[in-house]
Amino acid sequence: MPGLDELYREIILDHYRSPRNRGELPPPAVRVEGFNPLCGDEITVYAQVENGVLSDIKLTGHGCSISQSSSSLMSAAVKGRSLEEVRGTIATFKHLMTAHEERLDEGPGSSVEADVRRLGELAALAGVVKFPVRIKCATLAWNTLTQALDEIPVVGDTSGV
Amino acid sequence: MTAFDPRGVRTDVPLTRRVINGRTITYLDSAASSLTPRTVIEAMDRYYENYHANVHRGVYQTANEATTIYEGARDAVARFLNAPGGSSEIVFTKNTTESFNLIARSWGATFLNPGDVVLLTEMEHHANIVPWFQLRDTQGIEVRFIPVGDDFRLDLSEIDELMRDVKLVSVTGMSNVLGTIAPVRQLADVAHRHGALIAVDGAQSVAHSSTDLVGLDIDFLAFSAHKMLGPTGLGVLWAREAILDAMPPFMGGGGMILDVSLDGFTPAKGPSRFEAGTPPIAQTAGFSAALKYLEGLGMANVAAYEKELTGDALTRLALEFEGRVRIIGPGDTLERGGVISLDVEGVHPHDVAQVLDQFGVCVRPGHHCAKPLMKRFGLAATARASFGPYSLVEDTDVLLEALGHAVKMFG
Ligand SMILES: Cc1ncc(COP(=O)(O)O)c(C=O)c1O
Repeated sequence: MPGLDELYREIILDHYRSPRNRGELPPPAVRVEGFNPLCGDEITVYAQVENGVLSDIKLTGHGCSISQSSSSLMSAAVKGRSLEEVRGTIATFKHLMTAHEERLDEGPGSSVEADVRRLGELAALAGVVKFPVRIKCATLAWNTLTQALDEIPVVGDTSGV
Repeated sequence: MTAFDPRGVRTDVPLTRRVINGRTITYLDSAASSLTPRTVIEAMDRYYENYHANVHRGVYQTANEATTIYEGARDAVARFLNAPGGSSEIVFTKNTTESFNLIARSWGATFLNPGDVVLLTEMEHHANIVPWFQLRDTQGIEVRFIPVGDDFRLDLSEIDELMRDVKLVSVTGMSNVLGTIAPVRQLADVAHRHGALIAVDGAQSVAHSSTDLVGLDIDFLAFSAHKMLGPTGLGVLWAREAILDAMPPFMGGGGMILDVSLDGFTPAKGPSRFEAGTPPIAQTAGFSAALKYLEGLGMANVAAYEKELTGDALTRLALEFEGRVRIIGPGDTLERGGVISLDVEGVHPHDVAQVLDQFGVCVRPGHHCAKPLMKRFGLAATARASFGPYSLVEDTDVLLEALGHAVKMFG
């Protein structure tokens, strides 16, 4: 059985206690709500896109330390990045969350190790995989952001902006 | 306290010896489902090894024996509840939830008209809310709620006003979130004075206190075997015989008919009209053993013992976590059962439960299928600890130790 310190890393507790990028953005920022009906976690993502860049992101909502710190870490990682980079980070993070528990400790050259290297601070959430019921908490913000990106008007369509 | 020996009960329940994360399990989730004594497990084993056959209409010996076991459980339930009309008032269902759906779909759909009101309370389990909302959508009835006060007890100050057009009062005997025990007898008198019937959700109250249907003077009672040391898959609906006889069957199929022809069917008389298809037979063998076990302990003793445990836990929680842990429920043991919902400042219930799991402590985080009640107190979830007759004061020791760890960790 994995220890609690693998789940509650210091970075995670820090982001839970002082979440980054809390708040709202006015339109035309896209606003999308995400729910985890199982535990009642709620997250609202506000995403502002300018010239193919996620220029600003804000979050509101409530939930457990994993869902809240994951959303905070996510916002810090994707803010100011190109949409392409953001989608890449989302894919890498979600890939990490589907890693099988045993593979987490695989050494250099493994795909998990590559994910962890690419994710930087976000890799603190890797331990969540060892607590399967909490994976949904960790991915809530990411799924909500994905949905927000999908709702952003296609490039070249500047109507309403 | 007479012959009641919680340590003996503990020994009788094999799962209390399970080791989790290197520590002996501290099971504090009896409100969700109780642990199972060996005698209950053995009764089901014995049934499958010696008697298993489908019930009713069999001529051969084991079929008769299986029927005797099944019908014997009905008698045992009637005795346990002191049912005024005996076993012909006992319907076996899958669980409390099915029992409420049966009341709503059969009695409700037959006897309620548009504008009629079903009066619930704000502390109901979804099992006693959703079936009535479903009936509202098909039948045009109104669903109304008795409020819960800031003292976590039912606010009956405007009950006569609330009773207007009410045809059924449907209340939980004991809240599975707050631990609050409802004044059922008083509500039965109010309901009857207004010409209404009263149904009681006994999922918690029947499992943790003695039930005397003659004294309670209610009309329907629903509960589940798995919350009272019995197996999963078996529930009970009790209703007065005259009411049951007037209710049409809920589900159709084998076992519930008197006659079927190419022109139609005539439903059976008695409780079997509500028991379509092959019922949970082995579970009734287990449930009879569970009732016998509980009768051996004495339900009044169980209630008194759990009250003692609850009082001790409430006092120590208040002492050790003053200001950090809020009890969502009455702070004393007056009209209160052994369910303790915790709101730990700065620590989400999921995180509380996760840290506690590391200590082998089983508590439940979440809304406990009572979302309107959660909303009433401005919460999304609580972490809930609940006792059973096998609980010991040592369980509270471990709970407090683990809680202290959670508070420190997120502090
Ligand atoms: C008060 C109350 N009512 C109803 C239920 C539903 O019981 P079951 O899931 O066995 O149908 C429960 C248990 O979850 C309960 O505590």
